[in-house]
Amino acid sequence: MKRFILSILVGLLSINFIFAFEEITVSGSTTVLPIAQAASEDYMNTKKDISISVRGGGSGVGITSLIDGRCDIANSSRKIKDKEILQANQNGIKPKEYIIAMDGIAVIVNQTNPIKNLTKEQLKSIFTGKTSNWAEVGGKNQKIVVVSRDSASGTFEAFNTLVLDEEKVREDALLDASNKGVATIIEKTPSAIGYIGIAYLSKNTKAVDIDSITCSKQNVLNNSYPLSRNLYMYTIENPKTSVKDFINFILSQKGQKIVTETGYIAIK
Amino acid sequence: MNRLLTKKQIIYTKELIYKYILAILSLTSFICLIGIIVILFKNGIPTFKFIGFFDLFLGKFWYPTYNPPDFGILPLILGSIWVTFGALLVCIPLGVGGAIYIYEIAPIWQKKILKPTIELLGSIPSVVYGLFGMIIIAPLLQNIFKNIPTGLCALSASLILGIMAIPTVCSISEDAFSSVPKNMIEASFALGANRWQTLIKIILPAAGSGISTAIILGINRAIGETMTVLMVAGGATIIPTSFLQPVRTMTATIAAEMGEAVYGSEHYHVLFTIGLVLFAFTFIFNIIAEIITKKYKIKLGQGI
Repeated sequence: MKRFILSILVGLLSINFIFAFEEITVSGSTTVLPIAQAASEDYMNTKKDISISVRGGGSGVGITSLIDGRCDIANSSRKIKDKEILQANQNGIKPKEYIIAMDGIAVIVNQTNPIKNLTKEQLKSIFTGKTSNWAEVGGKNQKIVVVSRDSASGTFEAFNTLVLDEEKVREDALLDASNKGVATIIEKTPSAIGYIGIAYLSKNTKAVDIDSITCSKQNVLNNSYPLSRNLYMYTIENPKTSVKDFINFILSQKGQKIVTETGYIAIK
Repeated sequence: MNRLLTKKQIIYTKELIYKYILAILSLTSFICLIGIIVILFKNGIPTFKFIGFFDLFLGKFWYPTYNPPDFGILPLILGSIWVTFGALLVCIPLGVGGAIYIYEIAPIWQKKILKPTIELLGSIPSVVYGLFGMIIIAPLLQNIFKNIPTGLCALSASLILGIMAIPTVCSISEDAFSSVPKNMIEASFALGANRWQTLIKIILPAAGSGISTAIILGINRAIGETMTVLMVAGGATIIPTSFLQPVRTMTATIAAEMGEAVYGSEHYHVLFTIGLVLFAFTFIFNIIAEIITKKYKIKLGQGI
């Protein structure tokens, strides 16, 4: 009996040695999640000894876990806040920033809405509640239904800085906690307007031009489209080599191809 | 003789071990509850260091991430209350009415179909209810009330939450009917009352407190529901004045914002305070339900 248990133990231990994984934990923004997921799958196919676990949770969660040492890479759709850098410094961590891709925010309306173009000012006045009828911006005589993201999400934060200049969204704006959710509401509500990441555009949603510039990847990349932003990955200042290697993989030609495949805009 | 004693001792020790294992198991849930309460208070109380009690509970604006932020949770509390009240209007007639039918009128074969079906309603995941509300109920409401801008409103959330609370209300009411002593019912028949009179004059009053318990547990079910209201209620942080307006509940706010709130920030603490308010609501309702149940048992001569 004793020998039997012993042999099982030895067996288990040797299994452990054969699959000596090095673990990388990635956590954070759900906007960056598809990139990190696809990249990690590709990376793990080439490097069998590395195991990458990718979690969502949101930009704030990612950066917090990096500060607490609970993850190696934090995905974020916004730049790290001064407050967070301060907290990191208190924990003896200096966050290092990598821009890994770009994202455009598409402003979407219902298919039946004849509106084709909005200026950034019109957009701001719609979302802050100064404009409340589509007729005021050249559309049908219809009350505008504003759909926004939860005010803590990275997409909202980007929209807030890019369009609203920190002014408050009208208080009766509808809220949804995901890009897909916003798209579904717009699809079902004739007079609604909302915003989502470019990757979530489908044939059922209609994106309007901003300042007469089409919401397209090229226009985001050449910085002419007004609603575009960088996507980040953060690590500690001197991460383990496997983490550095993974980031380099994402920034490489192959990694940037994955960025394009997941619907975002490659930076190179 | 000696050997028998040791056997007895072994049995005794075994029993002791089982006893302690089971005690630890049941203590675990108690410890979990205490842990949750401690964490709620520890993270929720610091809120009052930076915002006054009345500013928080009577504040009309919820802009937690702006500078300076507004942390008024009155719209959220009222949103929860409106949606829960609406859900009650749906689930009381359907749940209690259904229970009366199953208990008193339905033939056995119908009982056999109805009971499990209603219980099945309770096992559908809330996301599925949310999807149903978003894709079917909301566009439907928009077609019925032509002049509302969106179907995602307090009414659609109430309808769905009401349906979700039916299994709770129905099965507990049905239990209440079943525990009405048979001799009371037989006495009523013996006095010449018909089925309807017996139902109204004897069974309903006798099961009254059981039904109240069912309704209160239904309230708890509706007020604590998160995913469905997040998807269906619209999520506007306004003080509701009509059922056709979008509203945001306390649960939906926590679910939507906790993931992105900066750890340890004011926003983070306020979200915990909202959790505390929710906990207070359900705690009070649970205690009321407990008191009513006790009284009712005594009234029917089943208690101490």
